Amino acid sequence: MAKVNTAWDQVSGNIFKTWLIMFFFSLFTVGVIYILAQGFGYGQMGSLSIVGFALIMAGVMNFASYFWSDKIVLGISGAKPIQQKDNPQVYRLVENLCIAAGLPTPKIYIIDDSATNAFATGRDPKHSAICFTSGILDKLNKVELEGVTAHELSHVGNRDTLVMSVVSVLVGMIALLSDFFLRSLWFGGRGNNDRDNNNTVFLIIALVSAILAPIVATLIQLAVSRRREFLADASGVLLTRYPEGLINALLKISKDKEPLEAANRGTAHLYIVNPFKGQQAGAFLAGLFNTHPPIEARVKALKEMEGKI
Amino acid sequence: MESYIVIGIVVLTFLWLLVTYNSLVTLRNRVKEAWSQIDVQLKRRSSLIPNLVEAVKGYAKHEKSVFENVTRARSALVGASNLHEKAAANDMLTGALKSLFAVAEDYPDLKASENFKQLQEEISDTETKVAASRQFYNTNVLDLNNSLETVPSSWIGQMFGFTKEEFFKASEEEKADVKVKF
Repeated sequence: MAKVNTAWDQVSGNIFKTWLIMFFFSLFTVGVIYILAQGFGYGQMGSLSIVGFALIMAGVMNFASYFWSDKIVLGISGAKPIQQKDNPQVYRLVENLCIAAGLPTPKIYIIDDSATNAFATGRDPKHSAICFTSGILDKLNKVELEGVTAHELSHVGNRDTLVMSVVSVLVGMIALLSDFFLRSLWFGGRGNNDRDNNNTVFLIIALVSAILAPIVATLIQLAVSRRREFLADASGVLLTRYPEGLINALLKISKDKEPLEAANRGTAHLYIVNPFKGQQAGAFLAGLFNTHPPIEARVKALKEMEGKI
Repeated sequence: MESYIVIGIVVLTFLWLLVTYNSLVTLRNRVKEAWSQIDVQLKRRSSLIPNLVEAVKGYAKHEKSVFENVTRARSALVGASNLHEKAAANDMLTGALKSLFAVAEDYPDLKASENFKQLQEEISDTETKVAASRQFYNTNVLDLNNSLETVPSSWIGQMFGFTKEEFFKASEEEKADVKVKF
């Protein structure tokens, strides 16, 4: 059977891969918890309460950034809200794509910056916001801007703020646990000194895991982020039915080397392309640490959809 | 022991039936909602027409046949009751408006008028909105039809008499059904 890679195939494929990553992430989390809990040597009840404590803390720390995601990000980036009369073209473009996507029209913001970028955020479609830089509005034509807007609205429709928040909670929990463990070694306040060799070996394993686990967790988080970018590209194409628009937009944006001053590490995954452009290297290792897949890979996936929608 | 297994299977089957039935109802309601969204946009479109006709009449009194066609297409759209009629009447109106805007080209004063420009913009925006809501409707119809055609949800669909919906699409033949002379 000939492989037909339509936008629908790419959407379901990317959703499946997200679940697959999340499944392995859960297994990994359980493994790390097990090893560290053994390492703590508090006995089962004690370690479990530490794990519970780490989970609650990570949850609390991430809850605010999830619940007020729109306000926080828009506040940091210095975005200004616009009304229909301020920029009717952009307003209508967003409004019409929302009708096609069956989403409520988000609040629309503009960052006064000549860099070309855009992002969407918000805990659910009703509280969503979409933001453009003034640079992207100037430099892209209508179909390209539609491609970008459809990609951003797809992030809203696919609940990517929620997906990334759940991942952040897990990453945060692993980081906290590792941190607790390393500190507890430092202070050595563990009471029972009658440890045998077997326990020492386990302690070393736990030590290595405590150092490596947060890095691995971050890498998994970035893999999820890149998967969601591919997904938003594919769902976006289902909205505009015109991959060419997003392809041209991505090529135009990637040629523009100006970084966006308003972006920071915490908000990078929200943008249509990585806002720290200078640091984007093609090398495999650098690729692992990127929030976004390389432009070439995204364009290739989009080209496969051409004429098959 | 065995009776527990039997009870377990019965309970699970019942739960599956419940979930599938509810998801089919949800999909059907989404189609209905999407349909009413098209209606909203079509109404919005037809409500703009009288203003447009008035604006053009002020400058181009003698183009009677063009106004008549637009007005007729509009009332066909307002009077249309089912999907086919609406799709066809909407396409008719698009054609009639095209000739109206073509006529407007001959009247520089009209073209320069702020009111006319604004109406023209509104109407082209509404056309995009109609197309967008049509696309959303078709996406929902696709979801419902997929569920009604794939096993096992198709069994539940048959059991409770769910029917497939039609896509919003006007064929040439259907357009000919609506009697509007040009």
